[in-house]
Amino acid sequence: MNNQTNPGHIPASALEEFRPYLLRYALLQLRDNALAEDAVQETLLAALESRSKFSGKSSPKTWLTGILKHKIIDLFRKQAKEATQFSLEAELENGVGDFDVLFQPDGHWNTLPQAWADPLKNLENKKFWEIFEVCVKLMPANTARAFMMREFLGSSTEEICKDMQISATNCWVMLYRARMSLRLCLGHNWFGGNFEGK
Amino acid sequence: MLTCKEVSKLVSQSLDRRLSLVEWVGLRLHFALCEGCRHFREQMAFIHRACQRYPD
Repeated sequence: MNNQTNPGHIPASALEEFRPYLLRYALLQLRDNALAEDAVQETLLAALESRSKFSGKSSPKTWLTGILKHKIIDLFRKQAKEATQFSLEAELENGVGDFDVLFQPDGHWNTLPQAWADPLKNLENKKFWEIFEVCVKLMPANTARAFMMREFLGSSTEEICKDMQISATNCWVMLYRARMSLRLCLGHNWFGGNFEGK
Repeated sequence: MLTCKEVSKLVSQSLDRRLSLVEWVGLRLHFALCEGCRHFREQMAFIHRACQRYPD
C-alpha cells in the first residue's frame, strides 16, 4: 500500500482490502453472518463517504475498526432492547453456581491456579486467536454481549446496564462469568496441562 | 479475610469499577498470602489485554 497518508487519499480499493479483517471482527461479536456482513458493508460505505475526514493520524485499519465498533454498538443496543427480560433473567438464573465447582465449600480453590507461561507471547500466535474465538463463542448470548461491550468496544458498565436494563450487580455477575469461562476455556484448550475443574 | 472465591469476583470487578479502600486492602492482603490468586489475577489481566489486542 502507498505510504501517503494525505487526508482523503485512501483509494476505495485500499478500503476493500480490509473487508476480511473487519468481517472476522464483526462475526466474533455479532455471531451472525448476515448481520456481520451488513455491518462491514455499512462500515466500508461510511468510510468511503468520509474519506476526506481521515486524518492519517491513525492507521486505516484502526480508523475502520473504530467505525465498525460504532456499528456493532448500535446493533447491540438494538438487540438489547429486543431481548426479553425473560431471556436475560433465565440466563442469569441458569448460570448461578456455574463456577462453584472450582472452589471448596469454604471458598478456597479446589486446585490452585497455575501460572500461564509467558502468556503475552501467545498474542503473536494465529493459532491462539483461533482458540480464543472458539472460547468466546461458547459464552451464552447475553453474557457474551455484555462482555463484548465492555472488553472489545470499551463501554462502561453504566452504559451496559442501561442498554441491557440490568442492575450493576447483574452486570458484574455477567462479566465475571464471561471472564471465568474464557479463562477456563483458554486454560483447557491452550495453556493445557493440569488445569483445575478438568 | 477474603476467600479465594470472593477474591476472584473482586478481581473481575476491579476491571469494571473502582474498588473501595476496604476491598482493595483485602485483595492486597490476600495476594500477599495466596499464590493461586496471584496467578488468577495475572490471568484476568492477560484476558483483558488479549481483548484489547484482538485480532491483531
